[in-house]
Amino acid sequence: MTEALLEARGVTRRFGGLTANENVSITLERGKLHALLGPNGAGKSTCINMLSGDLAVSDGHIHYKGREITGLSAPQRSRIGIGRSYQRTNIFPGFTVFENCRLAAQSRRQRAWRLFTNALSLEDTLEKARAVIAEAGLEGREDRIAGTMSHGEQRQLEIAMVLATDADVLLLDEPLAGMGSEEASKMVELLDRLRRTRAILLVEHDMDAVFAVADTITVLVNGQLLASGSPAEIRANIEVQQAYLGEEAFHV
Amino acid sequence: MIFSDRTALILKLLGVSALAGYPLVGSEFYIELVAKVLILAIFAMSLDLLVGFGGLVSLGHAAFFGIAAYTVALISPEYDPANLWLVLPASVLAAGLAALAIGLLVLRTKGIYFIMVTLAFTQMAFYLFHDTALGGGSDGIYLNFRPEPRVGEWMPFDLAEGHQLYYFILAALVAVYVLLGFVLRSPFGRVLVGIKSNEHRMRSMGYSTFHYKLGAFVLAGALAGLAGFLYAVLFGFVTPELLSWHESGHVLMMVILGGMGSPIGAMLGAGSMVALEEGFSLLTKHWQLLMGLVILAVVLFLPGGLIALPARLRGLFARGDHHD
Repeated sequence: MTEALLEARGVTRRFGGLTANENVSITLERGKLHALLGPNGAGKSTCINMLSGDLAVSDGHIHYKGREITGLSAPQRSRIGIGRSYQRTNIFPGFTVFENCRLAAQSRRQRAWRLFTNALSLEDTLEKARAVIAEAGLEGREDRIAGTMSHGEQRQLEIAMVLATDADVLLLDEPLAGMGSEEASKMVELLDRLRRTRAILLVEHDMDAVFAVADTITVLVNGQLLASGSPAEIRANIEVQQAYLGEEAFHV
Repeated sequence: MIFSDRTALILKLLGVSALAGYPLVGSEFYIELVAKVLILAIFAMSLDLLVGFGGLVSLGHAAFFGIAAYTVALISPEYDPANLWLVLPASVLAAGLAALAIGLLVLRTKGIYFIMVTLAFTQMAFYLFHDTALGGGSDGIYLNFRPEPRVGEWMPFDLAEGHQLYYFILAALVAVYVLLGFVLRSPFGRVLVGIKSNEHRMRSMGYSTFHYKLGAFVLAGALAGLAGFLYAVLFGFVTPELLSWHESGHVLMMVILGGMGSPIGAMLGAGSMVALEEGFSLLTKHWQLLMGLVILAVVLFLPGGLIALPARLRGLFARGDHHD
């Protein structure tokens, strides 16, 4: 019995005359990694932005743990357990790795009114920050200024920050982008581990990684849902093959 | 950090001791001038909380300074001294509430729009006091008596006496500095710096950044109000000029001159600004021209402000050594 955490039903997003997503439905279940595939401009980022609350939906509904969250802002969704990472690295480049993770962890118990408490004395926050740094494989780099690390390390930090928010649903926008093959395989291992206790939506261009790790794959083309199913089903789907699996236009 | 914690603490204690000792040697004129610098230092630190830590460049900060100054002048009786313990909190509260009301509107904007709407609100506040009967028009109003710190029959000190007022202002400065020190290392302060660095990411991590910015805006407004209150008490009169956008620009220049993102820098900025103005005005009546050149030079050659000077000098010398 699987537990559906996040459900989008018929979500649509229009930008003026352009419909970036039309009637897209996606269900994310605990213990499952759901990959979102599609050529450039298919509307994958729009879709993830609607789920995270960065973009409002034009139509449709989003439910989280059975509760309607369509109208919640991005910070509200983060607080109930929906975490996301970004396609373009989105960290605090001037802060240390530790402070990046500590700030992320502090968001769970913000204690904004405790003006006379030293943030660095909140042991629960510090512990969480240390734990996610270890989990994302960044041990020993706590004091590095985040902006000076390699691209791959910054991607790892990006994931560590999402983990620090204790998210039950992870919306990951191309976490492997720009990574070397060794870094990428470490990241895939990490995703595999994270999946066990959470629901993950993975937007990714790396086909090998997607087919290796995904439980379900949804293919978007021109903002519309073309197909959704197990990796084997998607591989066998004629429409998907025609749409782009064989095409050169797709970035491998 | 260029100085160790211990050296920094010793320097701070030396600074406070020098300021505390000054009335023993200085003339009345200069004691009042230094008191004015201390007030402007509080004002500059309050703005630095927004500009240097929250990344909110406000061109309307003088509104809160002026509102508090007018509050004490308006609520004090004409022929008797008011009670300090009533008018001080009332003035600070008035400035804080004004910041809450204005903040609720202006914080919905960003960047250049934020600068413009804060400017617009300070102009509204200026004309409120300038053009209505409320504030005595362009002449302003007098505060005939300094407030008394009366507790029942007991008077712990007397602000009518110049030196005691000076020490009261110095104590307020130290208190604000200590308060900001606590705030900046609190969870709230950390979030504020995070917002300056990357507000988008802060939101996606679950922080309602609007509320944090509003909190900072209100705190900064209330502290500016404290400065405005002290200013009215020191000089005994208030005019609409206190709320003008010139004043807002003036305090912003102090923050830039001293170095953004450092309360000590803000204090240095206030001190050197007044010192330069006084010095230049002895030389020429076109002193504002010279002042402009100094600000320009700081922005061009010392982007971190005066507070960054020791590190810059050390860097220069280190490079010099290297070449030898």
